[in-house]
Amino acid sequence: MKVTILQFPGTNCEYDTQHAFEQLGASTEIVWHKKESLPEDTDLLVVAGGFSYGDYLRSGAIAKFSPIMKAVTEYAHKGGNVLGICNGFQVLTEAGLLPGALKRNDNLHFISKHHHLKVINNDNIFLEKLSRNDVVNIPIAHHDGNYFIDQDGLKELEANNQILLRYTDSDGEVQNPNGSVESIAGICNKEKNVFGLMPHPERAMESILGSDDGVAMLQGFFK
Amino acid sequence: MIKAIVNVSLKAGVLDSQGKAVHHALDSLHFEGVSDVRVGKQIILKLDTDNKDTAMADVTKMCEELLANTVIEDYEIELV
Repeated sequence: MKVTILQFPGTNCEYDTQHAFEQLGASTEIVWHKKESLPEDTDLLVVAGGFSYGDYLRSGAIAKFSPIMKAVTEYAHKGGNVLGICNGFQVLTEAGLLPGALKRNDNLHFISKHHHLKVINNDNIFLEKLSRNDVVNIPIAHHDGNYFIDQDGLKELEANNQILLRYTDSDGEVQNPNGSVESIAGICNKEKNVFGLMPHPERAMESILGSDDGVAMLQGFFK
Repeated sequence: MIKAIVNVSLKAGVLDSQGKAVHHALDSLHFEGVSDVRVGKQIILKLDTDNKDTAMADVTKMCEELLANTVIEDYEIELV
């Protein structure tokens, strides 16, 4: 299992992500955004969290033009598995690899805390090791996590089982921290090979640090 | 040289939390008669060309590709 992790100027979760995947037994490589190709043996490409290009203009807006993104788009279109976490999710929506957009949180605050999430669909490689309606506890840390998609887009997400996770309380009842449409915390594309979520599973790998619910999530990508 | 003023704001149907917060603050300051507030951003570009058609076409492309996220934002271009 080879995990390739993208690094833009301003990315700050690449080493946490690397640590998490290595803990699960993967080999990893961090790839600088100026490169124009991905390692050939990549099994999973992760767009890690942070503040690429200082989030200038909009979160993820400038990163989408980095040289590496052409290779990322090709990789995704060929069916390669791509996971965008937090800023990575924002980059993937800006790049058009995932539908919708991430807006400023409704309460205008940067939110940093553990939050419960409910698994909505698990018919995909990412969440297949979890069951529908499972509730996991995963940290969130974002200013622009307010997921928006128009009504037509939302219907399409629902029809194709593209909604992965919703923000809830510990009982699985909807609890929306940031104003996201339908409390959506994560989605995938129609083909179910490109995944994006605002919460950070790579920060939930040790129960002593609050939660190890991220393990079952990231393990999905392992055969 | 042409100056292009680009105004980017959230689409009408998209909730503008910043606008709402500003509206609330204006209410607290007892400014009455404000029915709605929308907060956007202005991007000012100086262009080398003198041709307004070229300028409009170029800036429109810039808006579509980078300056606005058309999933949630509208843009208006003014050339001066």
